[in-house]
Amino acid sequence: MSDIPTQIKYTKSHEWVETLEDGNVRIGITDHAQDLLGDMVFVELPEVGDEISAGEECAVVESVKAASDVYSPLSGEVTAVNETVAEAPETVNQSPYENGWLFELKPSVNTEFDDLLDADTYNKLAEEDSH
Amino acid sequence: MLIFQHSVDQRRNPSQSPSESAGEIADISDLPLSCLRDAPPKLPAVSEMQTVRHYTQLSQKNFSIDTQFYPLGSCTMKYNPRACNKYAMLPGLLRKHPLTPAKHNQGTLTCFYELQEMLKDITGMKEVSLSPMAGAQGEFAGVAMIRAYHDARNDDVRSEILVPDAAHGTNPATAVMCGYKAREIPTDKNGDVDLDALRAAVGPQTAGIMLTNPSTLGVFERKIAEIAQIIHEAGGLLYYDGANLNAILGKVRPGDMGFDVIHMNLHKTFSTPHGGGGPGAGPVGVSERLVPYLPVPFVAYDGKSYSVVTEKERPDTIGRLSAHMGNTGVLLRAYIYARLLGADGMIRVADYATLNANYMMTRLKEKGFDMAYPERRATHEFILTLKKQAKELGVTAMDIAKRLLDYGFHAPTTYFPLLVPECFLIEPTETESQYELDAFIEAMAEILQECHRDAEMVKASPHTLPVRRLDDVRAARQLDLVWKQST
Repeated sequence: MSDIPTQIKYTKSHEWVETLEDGNVRIGITDHAQDLLGDMVFVELPEVGDEISAGEECAVVESVKAASDVYSPLSGEVTAVNETVAEAPETVNQSPYENGWLFELKPSVNTEFDDLLDADTYNKLAEEDSH
Repeated sequence: MLIFQHSVDQRRNPSQSPSESAGEIADISDLPLSCLRDAPPKLPAVSEMQTVRHYTQLSQKNFSIDTQFYPLGSCTMKYNPRACNKYAMLPGLLRKHPLTPAKHNQGTLTCFYELQEMLKDITGMKEVSLSPMAGAQGEFAGVAMIRAYHDARNDDVRSEILVPDAAHGTNPATAVMCGYKAREIPTDKNGDVDLDALRAAVGPQTAGIMLTNPSTLGVFERKIAEIAQIIHEAGGLLYYDGANLNAILGKVRPGDMGFDVIHMNLHKTFSTPHGGGGPGAGPVGVSERLVPYLPVPFVAYDGKSYSVVTEKERPDTIGRLSAHMGNTGVLLRAYIYARLLGADGMIRVADYATLNANYMMTRLKEKGFDMAYPERRATHEFILTLKKQAKELGVTAMDIAKRLLDYGFHAPTTYFPLLVPECFLIEPTETESQYELDAFIEAMAEILQECHRDAEMVKASPHTLPVRRLDDVRAARQLDLVWKQST
């Protein structure tokens, strides 16, 4: 659990947020989340152009154990979705922080970044979770 | 193997073919040509004995309550008494056409009316309709009535149904089917609804809350009175998911807890067969304020005779959910079950369902298993968490579930509720003897030893069944449910 990327931010509901060079953000679920859920069999993504607000359910990841909502960490407009995971849901298991990203947003409320967790805080949370 | 694979072209079975001499072949000369087949139907050409063997062998590959202990949590897999079957199949009941006018159908209507009355008494609701055909349809009817209630008051800002995170998946699905947004409420560490989170979530947008009590965590929701107050003060209604009603039968009534609407799974609490996904029965009961919206038809009694209530008498009803009055055969079995139990018997159902669960929980604790809510007394079911075994031995809840099959037990519910890691939801039901419970406990203890001794063997189980470990992932990713005849 100590090898989670430190340059990105996290949520309590196990999403990660990476700020891209153009100021947009990329969002996915954490390694801990994919590990809890197990083998993915289906991923439902938002559509490009959707306006979503922070905390809103905007995607679904379904494994053999459960279907789980993904909550948007930030508000904004969806600028891109990862078609790879829709076609090959196992990508989320194999590469949760890289090839398994879910969607990208153009954030509309800058202050929302303050609510995100840093790697250490998330790490602690995830460890408590698995005890 | 499918029955079609036993088929041999041109095989004849004259003894079972319709015979012309006996007048069994109907005159079809008046049917239009366009309605006649130009090729024979694709039926399997098999002998009577092959057919019997085929289906008998299939049935032997299956786990069932008639053959094995089946502690599938939250599903209440209890014994279906043969007496219920026998009396529901009396010719006078069996041969009644559903369109028989009420005055010639007083027998069946008497049974239905009395079942309605018994369900009212046991739940503390004002009225009951038997028409929903399954638990999920009962849920739909219930939330549709909540919607009708708000609509009739022109209260059109109510857009959310609150659902605890421990809820059955059908609850949020029902809310969405009825046009609401489902909003999740967290559970505190003792398994009760988090009241602060609930207070923060309610508002003018709250249409209602859906609760199972006892919850799917196998504990009684102790704050129910406060929850009812919070929801009612916000103008919302309380929905009772009757999935776990067997735990409180005759002890405490949802109507007295403040619930406005309830569905009951007769195939659980009232012991009718679960079938292969049906037929079911999900009657609904309502408090005073939802009475006008109750689904029709249901049965009324004026002191002399029984009649069928329809849209004519109840113009505000949410309508019909089945062609007639639900699944008659299932309702009759539940009625007979209730009559056989009587009021005292119903209390004993709750007593023994709870005693059996607590007995198993205590003994499994002694055998070294961890409970998810060790501080709490179990209701009719309880949860153990296998996260320690998963972490230390690499053996998951699924592995142990599969190994139980080798010991001749159906596995408990696994990985539900989702908020408990590596969970086993165990519901023994009141119909099992101590002998059966002990056998299961010993099997669990033995499997725990096996996990230490030979984890790989447990992970590769089952070893003794017609099929080995199934590839659920592949089955889900490449769904293929239809057998196609090769040509």
